[in-house]
Amino acid sequence: MEAELWWFIGTVTCLKVLLHPSYRSTDYDVHRHWLALTSSLPPSKWYTDESSPHTLDYPPLFAAFEYLLSLPASLVVPSAVDLRHPEPSSTVDPVVLFQRSTVALSDLLLFLGVYLSTRKMAEIGRRRVVYLLIVWSPALLMVDHVHFQYNGFLLGILLVSLACLEKGRDLMGGGGLKRGLLRFVAMGVVVGVVFAASFGPFVYYGQMQQVLRRLFPFGRGLCHAYWAPNFWVVAFLLAKLGFSVTASAASFTGGLVGESSTFAVLPQVTPIVTFLLVMVAISPCLWKAWRNPQPKHIIRWVAYAYTCGFLFGWHVHEKASLHFVIPLGLVAINSLEDARHYFVLSIVRLNRE
Amino acid sequence: MRSAAAEKTSRMETPAALAMVGLALLVRVCVSMGPYSGMGNPPKYGDYEAQRHWMELSAHLPPRDWYRNGTNNDLSYWGLDYPPLSAYQSLAHARLFLLPFSPDSLALRSSRGYESPFSYCTHSLSLPSLYLLLSSDLLIFFPAALSFVYMYQAAIGRRQRSGDGKADDSVVTWHLAMILFNPALILIDHGHFQYNCISLGFTLGAIAAILSKKDLLASLLFSLALNHKQMSAYFAPAFFAHLLGKSLKRQSPVFEVFKLGLVVLLTFTIVWSPYLYSMKAVMEVLSRLAPFERGIYEDYVANFWCTSSILVKWKILFSLHSLKLLSSGATILITLPSMVQQIKDPSDLGFLYALFNSSFSFYLFSFQVHEKSILLPLLPATLLALREPQLLGLIMHFALLSMYPLLCRDRLIFQYAALLALFVLIFFRINGSHIKKKESSPAILKFLMTMAMCCSFTLHYIYMILQPPEKYPFLFEALIMALCFSQFAMLTVYTNMKQWMLLGISSEILMEKKNI
Repeated sequence: MEAELWWFIGTVTCLKVLLHPSYRSTDYDVHRHWLALTSSLPPSKWYTDESSPHTLDYPPLFAAFEYLLSLPASLVVPSAVDLRHPEPSSTVDPVVLFQRSTVALSDLLLFLGVYLSTRKMAEIGRRRVVYLLIVWSPALLMVDHVHFQYNGFLLGILLVSLACLEKGRDLMGGGGLKRGLLRFVAMGVVVGVVFAASFGPFVYYGQMQQVLRRLFPFGRGLCHAYWAPNFWVVAFLLAKLGFSVTASAASFTGGLVGESSTFAVLPQVTPIVTFLLVMVAISPCLWKAWRNPQPKHIIRWVAYAYTCGFLFGWHVHEKASLHFVIPLGLVAINSLEDARHYFVLSIVRLNRE
Repeated sequence: MRSAAAEKTSRMETPAALAMVGLALLVRVCVSMGPYSGMGNPPKYGDYEAQRHWMELSAHLPPRDWYRNGTNNDLSYWGLDYPPLSAYQSLAHARLFLLPFSPDSLALRSSRGYESPFSYCTHSLSLPSLYLLLSSDLLIFFPAALSFVYMYQAAIGRRQRSGDGKADDSVVTWHLAMILFNPALILIDHGHFQYNCISLGFTLGAIAAILSKKDLLASLLFSLALNHKQMSAYFAPAFFAHLLGKSLKRQSPVFEVFKLGLVVLLTFTIVWSPYLYSMKAVMEVLSRLAPFERGIYEDYVANFWCTSSILVKWKILFSLHSLKLLSSGATILITLPSMVQQIKDPSDLGFLYALFNSSFSFYLFSFQVHEKSILLPLLPATLLALREPQLLGLIMHFALLSMYPLLCRDRLIFQYAALLALFVLIFFRINGSHIKKKESSPAILKFLMTMAMCCSFTLHYIYMILQPPEKYPFLFEALIMALCFSQFAMLTVYTNMKQWMLLGISSEILMEKKNI
């Protein structure tokens, strides 16, 4: 990788080290519990254990990632993988240090993604802007290194795959229908293998129902405890202003599991309705991509699809907006208009923090 | 033509400078989230409790009782030992930020060791205490640094530039970054918890005023610095010599000196007004400011007295009085050459060297020096960053090493490492490409430097990992001090030589002008 990128990585890592004593949300405790859970229990118990309110509700690959992290943890900081979560003996909690350092280290994948996506850019100035927008992203700093999550790592995977898709032009170009079909089948196989590796063990254990229930907690309500600025909030506000709402507002925004009825006046919104709305919103983009697949637009399209999911999805977290803000950072340098879109979106999402 | 171009560049620099200021603030906020001196360590706690205690005192007692032992003011428990301006600052902070929000934290006597909402280490960032430190930085140190950087470009930078006369934005921004990202200053102020940014900020403002030829403003600002922390006197010889030298070159030297003296006298009178009702009251305050009974040095300082005490037991061999004389004599002797140079030939650049030389000789030879006093010579070293980048790199490294045992005690190791790394990253970012490489130094010097660096890294590591032998519990501290002192002694010889070499250069320029 080039020196310039390393410089940005170095400075931002200094800042991450400085941020280690800052505020931590319950997400920190959640991830700590998962670390101990995946380390102490066999996979067959990962999705059934209910000894703590912080039950595992991310897909199996993330659980495997936590398991990988627990391997060094059990050597370096044994108290981190203890399911009883012992209190730290000194004022500097070694578990906090370990967890914070895993977030900072896993960001290396994000940097790899940035490197792959910017490698082809000719001008150093453009690359520098991308480094600033993504490597130094204040949103990621706040959500990952203060609030505590692993978004940098996950977005890194996204950026790497986007970079591969963009590069795909050379491979895809000019192939006949038959070759195209073959590629399609090959891609299908790859996707299938990944899913099989991820969910296979749980199919084997006969726990698919349980895993899916954890991954898609429809009982948590339409909106998350901290409202994401999406369509449903506007709808809710309209209902609140114009009509009498019989359901109490508190249940509407419940963050924990529990069925809640929402709109009294508006028609009942079910997960299926939100899914259909998302599909309708995405369809113009999908149609365009189907008619004229252009690798250079892939980032924009993916970001658009994420935005649709964010606006109309069921139980969306406000942090989900990272998924379109970060990839758009790559597009923002293309024109003034793109830069403006990026700026508005990132400001709107920032004041939710 | 040229001034128009300069104007344009200075407008171009603004966003970069603002970004620097923002980043510097962010770093300060981050460091202040970490531990501080004496955290959770009763009964005396540390400097953090001292600052809180002074706010408590100044908020509840009349000024004349601040420095006097009494029922409500136990001088043995963090008695006020800075000049009145420091106490006024405590009063202002107490009134503005703390009394309205959490009066409990400043309750007379009962609030000792109060840590909770006042501290921000409890993961609930308490806003008042954050404003406290940031306001001192934002109101005093940052504006002073900004004005200095621009004044430097106007007074010294332009002369240095080659033919095209174009000021490079990035050079100005880099210079600003060197001043704002001084890791030692951030660690002591926002980690350990002190208000050096105020007295150093006033000093920096005074230096900027001198560069812009406003000598009266400079003497006002420097008097304020002296009245905030008496340690600012480390710079006094340089200010005195430079202003005297300049006045002597004017038409009516006596009148010039009189004007400057009047400003100083007036400032002092206003600041000390609550104590001027009797000589006894003044002496009371003064005796608090000069705690001679605390010995010639405290803890482990990389200065002459502490380092040589490994061989010569000064504290046993000499009486307190003779030590006082000895140390003042040595300090004056070492400061004298740079003062003479400034009186003979006062110049802006020479003044910056003189500031460095005089504050460094005070650090190395004067009475009752703390390890934190290294911040004073560090300030002129950052100001000279464009002229002496290698000097800055060396002294910053060894200044941090000399404070390493202190910061270890404060549990600020992560902050130490991160700030040092950040400084190194910024230091080499532009330094490599924009500043002309000096002619390569002799091989023997390079070898010595490399050796010193290796020793430093080993000592960092040893101090953190190993337990000292029981017979010599302070062995590692002593080693660190000896290494730092050897480097500091070399540096001070070098900078004194450089200052005197300036004399040669400026007279050469004069000769050339005359010839033309």
